Amino acid sequence: MSGAGNTSYPHMTATSHGLAPADARNAAREVRRQKLQAFFFVTPLLVFIVFAFVAPITTMLYRSIHNPTVANLIPDTLVALQDWSGQELPDDTVLIQFATDMKRMANERTSGQLADEINRALPGMSSVVKSTARGLRRVDDAEIATNGATLLREANARWADPATWNAIKVAGQAYSSSYYLTSVDLERAADGSIVQRDTQIYVKLYTKTLRMALIITVLTILLGYPLAFYMAHASDSRANFLMIFVLLPFWTSLLVRTTAWIALLQTNGVVNSTLLALGITDQPLELLYTQFSTILAMTHILLPFMVLPLYAVMRGIDQSYMRAAMSMGSKPLGAWYRIYLPMSLPGLSAGALLVFIISVGYYITPALVGGTDGQMISNIIAFHMQQSNNWELAAALGSLLLVLILLLYWLFDRFVGTDNIKLG
Amino acid sequence: MKDLEADIFLRFDDVKKSYDQKHLVVKGFDMDVRDGEFITLLGPSGSGKTTVLMMLAGFESVTSGDISIAGKSINRTAPYKRNIGMVFQNYALFPHMTVAENLAYPLTVRKMPKAQIKEQVAKYLKLVELSEFGERRPGQLSGGQRQRVALARAMIFEPTLILMDEPLGALDKNLREQMQFEITRLHKQLGFTVIYVTHDQTEALSMSSRIAVFNDGVVQQCAPPSELYERPANAFVADFIGENNFVPGKVKSIHGDTAQVETDGGRIVAQKAHGLGEGAACRVSIRPEKLFIHPTTHAHDNALTVRFNTRIYVGDFIRYYFKLPDGTDIIVKVLNDLSAPEFDDGAEAQLLWLASDCIAFPAG
Ligand SMILES: Nc1ncnc2c1ncn2[C@@H]1O[C@H](COP(=O)(O)OP(=O)(O)O)[C@@H](O)[C@H]1O
Ligand SMILES: [Mg+2]
Repeated sequence: MSGAGNTSYPHMTATSHGLAPADARNAAREVRRQKLQAFFFVTPLLVFIVFAFVAPITTMLYRSIHNPTVANLIPDTLVALQDWSGQELPDDTVLIQFATDMKRMANERTSGQLADEINRALPGMSSVVKSTARGLRRVDDAEIATNGATLLREANARWADPATWNAIKVAGQAYSSSYYLTSVDLERAADGSIVQRDTQIYVKLYTKTLRMALIITVLTILLGYPLAFYMAHASDSRANFLMIFVLLPFWTSLLVRTTAWIALLQTNGVVNSTLLALGITDQPLELLYTQFSTILAMTHILLPFMVLPLYAVMRGIDQSYMRAAMSMGSKPLGAWYRIYLPMSLPGLSAGALLVFIISVGYYITPALVGGTDGQMISNIIAFHMQQSNNWELAAALGSLLLVLILLLYWLFDRFVGTDNIKLG
Repeated sequence: MKDLEADIFLRFDDVKKSYDQKHLVVKGFDMDVRDGEFITLLGPSGSGKTTVLMMLAGFESVTSGDISIAGKSINRTAPYKRNIGMVFQNYALFPHMTVAENLAYPLTVRKMPKAQIKEQVAKYLKLVELSEFGERRPGQLSGGQRQRVALARAMIFEPTLILMDEPLGALDKNLREQMQFEITRLHKQLGFTVIYVTHDQTEALSMSSRIAVFNDGVVQQCAPPSELYERPANAFVADFIGENNFVPGKVKSIHGDTAQVETDGGRIVAQKAHGLGEGAACRVSIRPEKLFIHPTTHAHDNALTVRFNTRIYVGDFIRYYFKLPDGTDIIVKVLNDLSAPEFDDGAEAQLLWLASDCIAFPAG
């Protein structure tokens, strides 16, 4: 608080005080040494971040626009398809080339990959590709070279449909924006224009995720602010005691906590049995596997992220500020609003930002207690990575989420200011 | 008597305070303050000064007793209705507001019109000589400037009573003296009543109309500075205010206001303090600057033979350290002029002083 440290002197440069060249060199060397030292301190973290964060994120961003699977499987067919007009059936040479590729893939057992990729562009193609490949495996190379086109057309009528070849051409593009279009519920029509998809999933999911994150943030503020305020101005022993309860969620495994919520909220769980026993309801409420249960469990889990920065900041606010305001005639609520709130804002914004960003990307709790109603965007991303094996779409959805968070951060910085963030 | 009563602005009546329901931190605090007085609560750290101030401001409850302003009890008045200005040790300037906004705060709370607020803020900024600094944040001010802002903010809504809790504690010596002067000037100019808390006795002595010496939750003595210094009511005050030597002895006889005391070094005559009885053990206090080393031209009633220990050069003064036969240290302050004598180690010397300059207090 003492003023001495804050007294600013006019900026003095070395030269204006006639530093001798040798002294200047020494001073410069000292500065270089300090910089080098600082570099050594941060290098381990820097290396770690590059390997564990920058590299994976870059890969993800790249993957969301780059999918070379088809291009690698049938490069020659794709070259042959380049001159095709796209209206009628491609030339027989193209079909023969494709039949040759199919036989090779059938023998290399990679036709399944092609089936998946083409199926994504044109649903129903998976079995067509697989059965055709099976049929072509035993056919003679010479036979294919002369008769491949006919064989193909005979194997399945869809090989005679120009739409199939369009799908192959689209799937064959190594670089495409189609995953981003999909992740905002759009697609490219046959004539190249961008249209709405039949199924609208992702935009709704993004808004739901943001809405839930906002509700969770508001709830943690409502619960955390008064608690942090009380703790910050209570005696040390009482504050430490309460702190244990705040940190309790940190010390128990995430799974255990989430499972505890299941035990509480399920149809025959503690809450429902109590409500039934008290006669408040006559049939069990649907509590688990809803948005409600997800928000409830996540508020519990994320509460420490709100309380800790708030507490740290409020600890630093001497009670004399409130007292000063009141001695000047301010009522307690007015004094809080005009003096305490602005002073605790750094902790509040840090906590809110932390809780919001963490909950936007939260996965495990919605997965366990959310059901279908409580799913958030990260659950769909996980689905595309683990079940549908569509890593490109998962990457696009994830990148979009990242952009969204950066955008929110930017907005926050514009309107609140990031120098208003304080973690302690 | 009736007139005197009417004159009293602030009254503490047997005020007690306990934080833990076991120990009293303030034990029966009584004080009457007249309008416009500058009262200082002086006492060692932990003696309950801040507690008294907080009870007066309304931030701590009064355990028992009564505090009244202008004859009305304020025990149950909310802090924000007491209209008491306050200066905190850490200044408590609102960091997110400019200096002008800080000053305007009590006025906006009172819903004063904007133009009038602006005028008032300018007036008080001028008063504390900070007219140029209205747009700065407290963080951009020096310690002394912050102190002035805190003062102006406590005065701007024209409270009749201003409390200051060690307001100069964070300043260095030069600034502190300058601010003491400043506070005294404002007090004289504006005429408000001040309750000032400090543990620095020079501060208390130089600024106050009256000083209440606090120890252990009890007021030991409440008197003007000169009386406190020259007529301390008990040994604690004598020791706490300024420097004092204490010569142990036994009361031989008492005649009116004076007492004959038998010490190891001979018999001395001293003023009698309250509660002194014949035959009781006592301690005679003598200020170091009232002692003279033989030979001297000063008048004297008492003499003691002591042994020279050491002397310390302080600049304007020289401090001599002697020992009584029983080992008690005696300090003598001598002006640094030609008369300041030199001694060999362990040399004998005679100390002389007036009976009116020493007081015999009951021992213990
Ligand atoms: N809020 C409080 N709760 C409990 N004890 C307190 C509180 N404030 C002060 N005390 C105790 O009361 C005593 C007097 O404190 P204080 O009034 O601050 O003394 P001073 O201001 O003279 O240094 C001290 O022993 C202190 O520990
Ligand atoms: Mg104090």
